[in-house]
Amino acid sequence: MATKVHMEALSPTMEEGRLVKWNKHEGDPVKSGETLAEVETDKAVMELVARADGQLIKVVVPEGTTVPVGNVVAWIGKPGEQVDGAGSEAAPAAAAAKPASAPAPTPAPAPPAPAAAPADATRVKASPLAKRIAKDAGVDLKLVQGSGPGGRVIKRDVEGAPATAAAPARTTPDVRRTGVPYEDVPLTQIRKTIAKRLATSLGPIPHFFLTTEIDMERAAEAREALNKQLGEEGGKISFNDIIIKAVALALVQHRACNAWFQEDHIRYWNEVHIGMAVAIEDGLITPVIRNADMKSLREIGTESRELAGRARNRRLKPEEYTGATFSVSNLGMFDIDHFTAVINPPEAGIVAIGSIVARAVPEGDRVVVRRRLHATMSCDHRVIDGATGAAYLKTLKQMLENPLAMLL
Amino acid sequence: MANSFDVIILGGGPAGYVCAIRCAQLGLSTAVVEQDKLGGVCVNIGCIPTKALLHSAYIANLLKETKDFGVEAGNVTTDYGVAMKRSRRVSDQNSKGVEFLMKKNKITVVKGTGVLQTGKKVKVGNDVYEAKKAVVIATGSRVKGIPQIGLEINKTTVISSDEALFMEKVPASLAIIGAGAVGMEFADIFSAFGVKITVIEALPRILPLEDAEASDTLSKSYRKRGIEVIAGAKVTKANVAKDKVTLDVEAGGEKKQITAAAVLMAAGRAVNTENIGLKENGIQLTDRGFIKIDKNLQTSTPGYYAIGDVAGPPMLAHKGSREGIVVAEIIAGQKPHPIKYDNVPSVTYCHPEVASIGLTEDQCKEKKLDYVAGKFPFSANGRARGTGETEGFVKILRDKKYGEILGAHIVGSHASEMIHELAVARENEYTVEEVELAIHAHPTMSEAIAQAALDSLGRATDI
Repeated sequence: MATKVHMEALSPTMEEGRLVKWNKHEGDPVKSGETLAEVETDKAVMELVARADGQLIKVVVPEGTTVPVGNVVAWIGKPGEQVDGAGSEAAPAAAAAKPASAPAPTPAPAPPAPAAAPADATRVKASPLAKRIAKDAGVDLKLVQGSGPGGRVIKRDVEGAPATAAAPARTTPDVRRTGVPYEDVPLTQIRKTIAKRLATSLGPIPHFFLTTEIDMERAAEAREALNKQLGEEGGKISFNDIIIKAVALALVQHRACNAWFQEDHIRYWNEVHIGMAVAIEDGLITPVIRNADMKSLREIGTESRELAGRARNRRLKPEEYTGATFSVSNLGMFDIDHFTAVINPPEAGIVAIGSIVARAVPEGDRVVVRRRLHATMSCDHRVIDGATGAAYLKTLKQMLENPLAMLL
Repeated sequence: MANSFDVIILGGGPAGYVCAIRCAQLGLSTAVVEQDKLGGVCVNIGCIPTKALLHSAYIANLLKETKDFGVEAGNVTTDYGVAMKRSRRVSDQNSKGVEFLMKKNKITVVKGTGVLQTGKKVKVGNDVYEAKKAVVIATGSRVKGIPQIGLEINKTTVISSDEALFMEKVPASLAIIGAGAVGMEFADIFSAFGVKITVIEALPRILPLEDAEASDTLSKSYRKRGIEVIAGAKVTKANVAKDKVTLDVEAGGEKKQITAAAVLMAAGRAVNTENIGLKENGIQLTDRGFIKIDKNLQTSTPGYYAIGDVAGPPMLAHKGSREGIVVAEIIAGQKPHPIKYDNVPSVTYCHPEVASIGLTEDQCKEKKLDYVAGKFPFSANGRARGTGETEGFVKILRDKKYGEILGAHIVGSHASEMIHELAVARENEYTVEEVELAIHAHPTMSEAIAQAALDSLGRATDI
């Protein structure tokens, strides 16, 4: 009797999955535990593994198709076995089925998984030490490229993986004149989520925007001095770290802006958790720096680099990108003067940070050149009124213009 | 062309000959240039003959204490000359074994001294050999004296291991300068053959590269056997006479004069980098005189590689052999696993044996690592009690957070064999828990490893 292969719920919130790629094809022998296909869930690309031994006798769902969790996507059985495409109930797998006479046209099968119970089929090749570190750091070993013997994940892979990529992620491919005027690309799961969530923002939420220009000269000097002191120790302070810290500290003074709009009430937060928008391939995600007001610049720097690195590798745990009380979106590295960011509900505000640019500024009767940036705050008018937002922005401006104020 | 090979290797020691075999396995035509016997220092005047002599020493010591075991051995006499000849036979067998392996793998052995030429060529005598792919330098190292204090090796009263291994008769007394593996092993050997031994070490403790507890245990064991051990000692002056040597030694603020029939120089080795055309081919050395190599073991001149003692510490045969394998695979275009230099076991085959891998406890402290030391003495091990070999311990240093085995140290009988359980564990990143979970047969010395692992977790059951 043949065994059905279902679309499995590969993440707690997964309702449907897009079959990205079949790693096995009809006629290939498969062993329990081997990767059959890659499936894109709402947050990441995961592996769908075989739960039975035999031959992949029928692929029901072609690549690129999205199907709900629970649907049959393929069948595993004996060579030559017939199945009806509708997916009638199959008896428990005939595990003894062997691909004895089956031709193996495509690449040699992956190293045989040990004969193990299905529960063990998700086994990842990783050293015990790597597993422990991964568990502690919340790294999904399935997504780590192993550099040990036979692709085994070792300590170095888990440790080395996150804190990478300081350069802004490449977000869009180039436009190429291929002769075809356009390309229709189906929505990825993460793109669908973004669309759904942000449409519940700008539409229903009465946004208004406040912009101010902030002089960053002293913040820049402070940053240079701090980094000089850190010297070889590494973990340099970035402008983004300083901005996150200032945004958080300013919120401490303006709880009115550190709030969530909930259908029949406003939740004013007594803790400050800053969401940090991170561009990732085909989308964005906002990892959260918890209690950012209480963290040192170094801690913020280390944490934000680590979170951003893992965000780009899609290795954030749900609790790491939810629960922000306010957000920051920084497009400074993309040479953006100023922009307005869309509020991430239920938060009531977000600050959009533009590039730091040298500008000619009158000082007394002379003109001096100062490094400055534009910050634009988007406010949910249901929570924050104009004057409230303006007062917050003024505090933020003061903090950045006089970084010593952060010590108060 | 008869004188053309894919790979030419300078030196047929444990780095060079293993490299040659791996090259041959990978289908590369290979030549080894060796000026002396195949097998190098290790097989002929190093690891192998000393292990034969150490076993003679072990038997001599064993027979002195058989009464308690219900065996009467009678009047035990020793003859170093006989033991030496046996050790020579063992060396010759091994060297012949290497010769056989060369033939079996169709490797050409060129007798003579190779000198590097440009264009991946090697000159041996008047012949020039050409390497199509690579030249591998594996010329090894040799003993050295300390001429600065008047201790130049004269082969009679100031000797090195080279002479010690060929002596027909032992001297009445011997001062050994250097308490590393070589010094400690010869102290063990000669003491068993009735020689009065004084070991002098410049660093604060004997076996200075081992864990401090290993040094302490060895010091006590040696002193118990009547071997004088002086650490933190500086030889300020040496007076070499025809039949004796007098050394002025300063240790712990005290001045002392030591007179012995001979002095054995066991302090460090010099690498063989002279007169092989390194400079002429732009091959650079490090500050410490080793050949400078990159992570692919390639020297500063492309196409020329260096492995073994000449390529830097640790100067151990098994490190050289591994480099030989790796370099062969690199030359063949493969991507071998990088060598983990922090996972090379270190063994001293004196009695009790000392074996270690990874960091010492002092190094853990220096690196400010958050570690826990788990320890188990052989005095609490059933097998050790049975054989009367209760000296020593197993110590495992584990990372507190993840249980990573940072270092492991074994002092005791068969330590050299037991260390590999921990080498496998470290290589595969097993933590102390995997080591402990592996069921250890009872009664064995190896149980002490499981117990030390457990002790590091605060749950040793046998102590």
